[in-house]
Amino acid sequence: MIPSTFDYVKAGSVDEAVAALAEAGDDAKVLGGGQSLLPVLRLRLNAPTVIVDVSGVDEMRTVADEGGSLLIGAAVTTYEVMHHDAIKASVPLLAQAAGLVADPAIRHRGTFGGSCAHADPAGDLPTVARALDAEFVIAGPGGRRTVGASGFFVDYFTTAVQPDEVLVAVRVPKLDGWGAHYEKFHRTAQAWAIVGVAAAVKVEGGTITGARVALTNMGPSPVRASSVESALVGGPATQEAISAAAQSAADGTSPTSDTHAQADFREHLARVLTARAVAKAAGI
Amino acid sequence: MTATIEPQTGAIGRPIKRKEDARLLTGKTNWVDNIQLPGTLYVHYVRSSVAHARIVRVDTTAAKAADGVVAVYTGADFPEQAGSTCVWPVTDDIKMSHYPAICTDKVLYAGDVVAVVVATDKYLAADAGDLVDVDLEPLPAVVDMEEALKDGAPLVHEGFGTNHCYTATMPCGDYAAAKAKADVVVKRRFINQRLIPNTMEPRAVVAAPSVGMADEIAVWTSTQIPHVLRVVLALLTGVPENNIRVIAPDVGGGFGVKLQIYREEVLGLLLAKKLGRPVKWVETRSEHMVASHHGRDQIQDIEIAATSDGTILGVDVKLLADMGAYLQIITPGTPLLGMFMYSGIYKMEALNFECTGVYTNKTPTDAYRGAGRPEATFAIERIVDELAAELGMEPMELRKKNWIKHEEFPYTQIAGLTYDTGNYEAATARAMELFGYDELRAEQKARRESGDKVQLGLGISTFTEMCGLAPSRTLGALKYAAGGWEHCTIRALPTGKIELITGTSPHGQGHETAWSQIASDIIGVPVEDIEVVHGDTGRAPLGMDTYGSRSLAVGGQAIKVAGERLVEKAKLIAAHQLEVSPDDIEFKEGVYSVKGDPEKHKTLGEISWAAFAAHNVPDGVEPTLSGEATVDPQDFSYPHGTHLAAMEVDTETGKVTLRKYVAVDDCGVQVNPLIVEGQVHGGLAQGIAQALYEGALYDADGNLLTGSMGDYLLPSAADLPSFITDRTVTPSTTHPLGTKGIGEAGAIASTPAIINGIVDALRPLGVNDVFMPASPQNVWRAIQAAQGGAA
Ligand SMILES: Cc1cc2nc3c(=O)[nH]c(=O)nc-3n(C[C@H](O)[C@H](O)[C@H](O)COP(=O)(O)OP(=O)(O)OC[C@H]3O[C@@H](n4cnc5c(N)ncnc54)[C@H](O)[C@@H]3O)c2cc1C
Repeated sequence: MIPSTFDYVKAGSVDEAVAALAEAGDDAKVLGGGQSLLPVLRLRLNAPTVIVDVSGVDEMRTVADEGGSLLIGAAVTTYEVMHHDAIKASVPLLAQAAGLVADPAIRHRGTFGGSCAHADPAGDLPTVARALDAEFVIAGPGGRRTVGASGFFVDYFTTAVQPDEVLVAVRVPKLDGWGAHYEKFHRTAQAWAIVGVAAAVKVEGGTITGARVALTNMGPSPVRASSVESALVGGPATQEAISAAAQSAADGTSPTSDTHAQADFREHLARVLTARAVAKAAGI
Repeated sequence: MTATIEPQTGAIGRPIKRKEDARLLTGKTNWVDNIQLPGTLYVHYVRSSVAHARIVRVDTTAAKAADGVVAVYTGADFPEQAGSTCVWPVTDDIKMSHYPAICTDKVLYAGDVVAVVVATDKYLAADAGDLVDVDLEPLPAVVDMEEALKDGAPLVHEGFGTNHCYTATMPCGDYAAAKAKADVVVKRRFINQRLIPNTMEPRAVVAAPSVGMADEIAVWTSTQIPHVLRVVLALLTGVPENNIRVIAPDVGGGFGVKLQIYREEVLGLLLAKKLGRPVKWVETRSEHMVASHHGRDQIQDIEIAATSDGTILGVDVKLLADMGAYLQIITPGTPLLGMFMYSGIYKMEALNFECTGVYTNKTPTDAYRGAGRPEATFAIERIVDELAAELGMEPMELRKKNWIKHEEFPYTQIAGLTYDTGNYEAATARAMELFGYDELRAEQKARRESGDKVQLGLGISTFTEMCGLAPSRTLGALKYAAGGWEHCTIRALPTGKIELITGTSPHGQGHETAWSQIASDIIGVPVEDIEVVHGDTGRAPLGMDTYGSRSLAVGGQAIKVAGERLVEKAKLIAAHQLEVSPDDIEFKEGVYSVKGDPEKHKTLGEISWAAFAAHNVPDGVEPTLSGEATVDPQDFSYPHGTHLAAMEVDTETGKVTLRKYVAVDDCGVQVNPLIVEGQVHGGLAQGIAQALYEGALYDADGNLLTGSMGDYLLPSAADLPSFITDRTVTPSTTHPLGTKGIGEAGAIASTPAIINGIVDALRPLGVNDVFMPASPQNVWRAIQAAQGGAA
């Protein structure tokens, strides 16, 4: 399809981006890698009058090691997330999930921040952010603020980022000594997840002492499977215990029905895949 | 064996790389969208967003006033104009729809055209399109074929008083008698789902008044059928045929979806004429999903009768075939192309066939790679597996027991076709060897015994098909309006280069290379010195185009005869110039020499110059050197093969993995084995995609739910294993080169192989069918249903 007319602003800094948004009013949109925004424009589902491109903002293109966490710029591409040494070393779950997003062409353009800001319920990286309790650094006319993952993802395609704000970076805690795995269930190599499970567990002396489990596409936003987490913690790191804990994976979720799967099948998958993801995270 | 030609250069059979690929792969060619003519106007179609509605009003005022807009037209501007037509009225009492170029009072499917905007720029045309105010009064839509046939169903075409389009029958033998003798009767309902054929290049049309020829209008279109289109455009628009030139430049894929007459072509021609300027339209992918024809979409009730020792007695088939909202070029005939194929490769006493075409408020259906034969092959190959299960027989053993033995060819099968040659034993033996059939059966047994959550299934498809639709007389008897011949002219140019003008119209098949190879062997000129001209009714005026695996099967015959005629004429001229009798001329590797005195000779270059100058040609021989032929073949072409698929099924999630795929095809003599390999690979990908990924879904109101590639899944290379392929060679005896068609075989054979493999994996769980596409959910539900679960 053919998009309607818009003005294009290439921001050189976060301040410039925020100023451009303020000037444009409600009709502006931030452009990251464009892999989700451009289809929306081309299908004329949205027709912003101004596009503010943040893909060239240096501050948003870097990964900083903060000791206990990594501060990953919102404009870092999915490909870079997949291959970045520090991310691979300290947050392998994120690097692994990034490698399962779409296809190489899209990974080279799409950004970590764009993926989070877009908040597609089938997005893989938001789920990892939710599992790890990432923090989101947002800049707006009033300065910068930080929002936790539980408050960031609000609803279908809706986050805490306001129309006049820019997502600058995502702070992801390192999980040293944890095992982790992202289990993505999809029909073709480049398709979105029907269901996905991000799991991280800490195993000490055969006992699970820490567990983080979040689900993709089991509701409007990434869902934390807290009942699975609490059932796991304190239990043995065995297949039986993990499978038993995973039985509650779909509890409290509200998956949709679409052309790939109906809700009941998604609930079934959540249970099966949670067991698999946790077992792999625990090294079983 | 009738491969009688004396190969001159040994080009036939060589796996040479395709000459056309450099320009195709780099995109440095004239795809229609690359054609830029000065003063071009851009066309945008305003389409119905609903499936069935009365048009209350189409207000174009705002659109007409918009920036850059030159014209906006509605149905009122082209009141009686048809946008497509059906050339195959399959029965005497068929109800033939009128397909308007622009709808006037009703829209019949989501995507139907209500207005057309012409502007100076494609963006402005799209902007103005949004300003066309369309007031539609929605009517209840009919989406399901069985619902459509019920009394009181909403009517797609009110004038017919019914949604029933036609019923065609073909009783062969006495099925009731066969069934009466049977010990076992197995009956199944298969759903051959609706598919949306996707080509890499979408459709596109440029139409322009020709420069220099007062009344000619040139139409560049991404089509498979420039020649047929030219005739039909003349018939539909009244523009004289000799004022229409249709050009199919390089075309990026067809698969049947460009074997069509589309309203965008008809209107392109009319708009260029009306406005006196070039007009251009390029389909978007979203438009393609609704506005280009769909394929398959049949409900197949099939029954097979056999004795307890596994002898097949007969097959009974009742089809419902979804026509969609209108009949297009061969919409009603497409399911009937499978009519003769429901007995597959098996001997039987009776085949009862009945097909009912039904109108619904959906995009029209028509030919898609295989057209009717994939559906037939799916049904027979699936039901044979079900019969094997019922009898407790190994499915390959059951096939062997019933197939036509190689020594029985030529064999006239139950539907009356005479298969000229075939060797199912050889293809099957080779396939089983490459597959490791026995080892996989052993692994399957072990997995079953250990209760592995991933089960293994072996899928078989031993298929044949009929392609190269011809002779013309037979097509006439089937009520098809056009012929089945093909044309070729081979011209030796004065400078010794060769121009091969073919009536076939390639769209990815590699005709330029393969045709050069054939001509090279016949006229003794290197492949590089032959240029193939195609797809332009101005330069290649005669032809019946490319579909149904006919190009080599039919067009190849014309190349051979044309080449031989050129050689005959060259001999006469050479003999005259060398002052010997033509009988004393020996022709070898492009050189015409005097027998026993090879020093005295003429090369083709010398002869073609002599024929051009014409200073010294024999009496009764016309100047210039060429050979032409229009050939109507003797019969269809019957390639066959054995395909085997090893399917792993995760019984917890329903996810299916194609672990190994072996395809042994027999297409007779291979002109270029590399091209054959490419055809097999592409066909497999599409057939496997029907089994596992693709399927058009509509909601109850007739909205297409799978209107984007996010919902309509196509596999990529990452989703398919490395195919293991081989060929057996059983030359055709009805084709002078011994070749058979290969364009559709992969797509025809693979779908049942995959589904048979999945069902084979799950049979111990009580599963005996799974809906296509075999998505994880469909497989999981099949398991749940068999286990008495809540699915
Ligand atoms: C065919 C295809 C398959 C895909 N498959 C997957 C998949 O399997 N898994 C997956 O997770 N994703 C998938 N994606 C999405 C892909 O990862 C996108 O790149 C991603 O969702 C959006 O990132 P982007 O940088 O391209 O954002 P854009 O498209 O540029 O923007 C998306 C939205 O986010 C906003 N936005 C972007 N950056 C910022 C910012 N810094 N601050 C504030 N707002 C911002 C935009 O305004 C817009 O609303 C797929 C996309 C395609 C086209």
